[in-house]
Amino acid sequence: MTHPTAHVYLVDNLDTDRIIPGKYTKTLELSALASHVLEDLDPEFSKKVQRGDILVAGNNFGCGSSREQAPLALKAAGVSVVVARTFARIFYRNAINIGLPVIEVEHHNIQSGDSISVDLEHGIVTNHTKNETYQAAKMPEQMIDILHAGGLVNYLVEHGDYV
Amino acid sequence: MAQTISEKILSQHAGKPVKAGDIVIVRVDGVMATDATAPFAIKAFRQMSGKKLWDSGRVSLIIDHASPAPNETVANLHKLMRDFAAEMGCRLYDIGEGICHQLMVENAHVKPGDLFLGADSHTPTYGALNAFGIGVGSTDLAATMLTGKTWLKAPKTIKVTLNGAFRKNVGAKDVALFLIKQLGAEGANYQAVEFTGEAVTSMTLASRMALANMSSEMGAKAGLVDPTGLDLWYPFEPTFPDAGADYARELTFDVSALRPQIAKPYSPENVVSIDELKGTKIHYAFIGSCTNTRLEDLHAAAQVLKGKKLTNTRLIIAPASKKVFNDALKDGTIEILSEAGATFITSGCGPCVGSHLGVPGDGEVVITSTNRNFQGRMGNPKAQVFLSSPAVVAASALAGEIVEPE
Repeated sequence: MTHPTAHVYLVDNLDTDRIIPGKYTKTLELSALASHVLEDLDPEFSKKVQRGDILVAGNNFGCGSSREQAPLALKAAGVSVVVARTFARIFYRNAINIGLPVIEVEHHNIQSGDSISVDLEHGIVTNHTKNETYQAAKMPEQMIDILHAGGLVNYLVEHGDYV
Repeated sequence: MAQTISEKILSQHAGKPVKAGDIVIVRVDGVMATDATAPFAIKAFRQMSGKKLWDSGRVSLIIDHASPAPNETVANLHKLMRDFAAEMGCRLYDIGEGICHQLMVENAHVKPGDLFLGADSHTPTYGALNAFGIGVGSTDLAATMLTGKTWLKAPKTIKVTLNGAFRKNVGAKDVALFLIKQLGAEGANYQAVEFTGEAVTSMTLASRMALANMSSEMGAKAGLVDPTGLDLWYPFEPTFPDAGADYARELTFDVSALRPQIAKPYSPENVVSIDELKGTKIHYAFIGSCTNTRLEDLHAAAQVLKGKKLTNTRLIIAPASKKVFNDALKDGTIEILSEAGATFITSGCGPCVGSHLGVPGDGEVVITSTNRNFQGRMGNPKAQVFLSSPAVVAASALAGEIVEPE
């Protein structure tokens, strides 16, 4: 079985403007967002990312703007999970709300190209290339419920209200 | 149980006592979204099968981020917002009315003690009013537009006490930048910050707004300013923390010796004293944004530029709102700035978000009174952006290099 490939950028404070610059956010077209994702950090990223791949970042990933276009751009580009040491608060919520899983892993040894799988349920990240596993931080229960529903839209369609 | 300001406001909105760490569902007093976030919020609201707003009188949409529309895509997003507001009967502030946060405060759509959700990361600005303002994304906002509620984890609080009196041409923006450096861009992530001390309680509303606004750049969920000395045009009940409230950290600084502070590219935490940057050549200066372009900020710029001519650089000004512009027009401030050569643009976010109205060129150096200098923030990743107070922006624009106002 092949596992998703990791794309590692161990920089801290990777802000929303570098995930998707403000000049591209005024659109409802997800493909337009995807084509510019992370372009100021790595102009090749949107070309090399394959559907299902995993993005790995440092501390405070997604700091800055409240733009939901940031997780939407990553998801539309094919990223299936973001692994970071820590996430900025709004990005973390937005990602869960739109159904992009995010997981906080403080200690890991992941390098670009490693084959990775993520068990969100148990908070375990497995590095198949290096035969290692890493423990993730626990997610608030409310977020697990929203993630299970596939995002906040589905959660509210299902429940009609916060429960 | 002794409570912080956050715990008190959240308890009132959860209908039960709340302490830091609790996950609670809370009622919300008001929400707002801008043209950067409202289109996705409207889309999510429809997908949630939303037919009507929980309370149309508590929902505001503001066209400020790319205003007036620079192209047909944005024009159609604006149209979508106008149509939605007409259909749902909610408030819409159209082009030129001003920046979302300024409008919410100016028009008392957010008041002391409120829990307010804004689909904009600088919503902690309302902490200036002793209100709990949280920045959220579009889908969270849509859920509140539908239910009038949200869920959240009550944050721990960092207490910051600022003693002493500021020197001339040093104020809220400088101390905010100084604190971001001390705490770091992630220093208050998932936490609230309470600001107190005589340097804070003596601040004007505009300065309190600048301080609370910049708490976003520390990662804060809310930045709550001590309501002592808060001067509003309507009566209100202040919320004070209890003696013995539990704080995650307590920091105390004396501001008396603080020098003007500047954030260097590419992070608001990359802060140094102006003394380290004097002489840095500037191509373009901007006074604007939800942080620093209120009447007192325009006054500070006018004081520097009165009777002078800008010959070394270009200066763009976007007043915080139409009201700010009109007030500055009436008291002669606009004339002073315009005579000096400043260019006025639409009240709104302007070049701060890099959409239009003043994108810098490759290799250009910008000094601005805004809040973020991330790479590419103003629309060009090859430009460098320095953040400072409006007075330093004006003085540097005049000199063509970073200088301290006289």
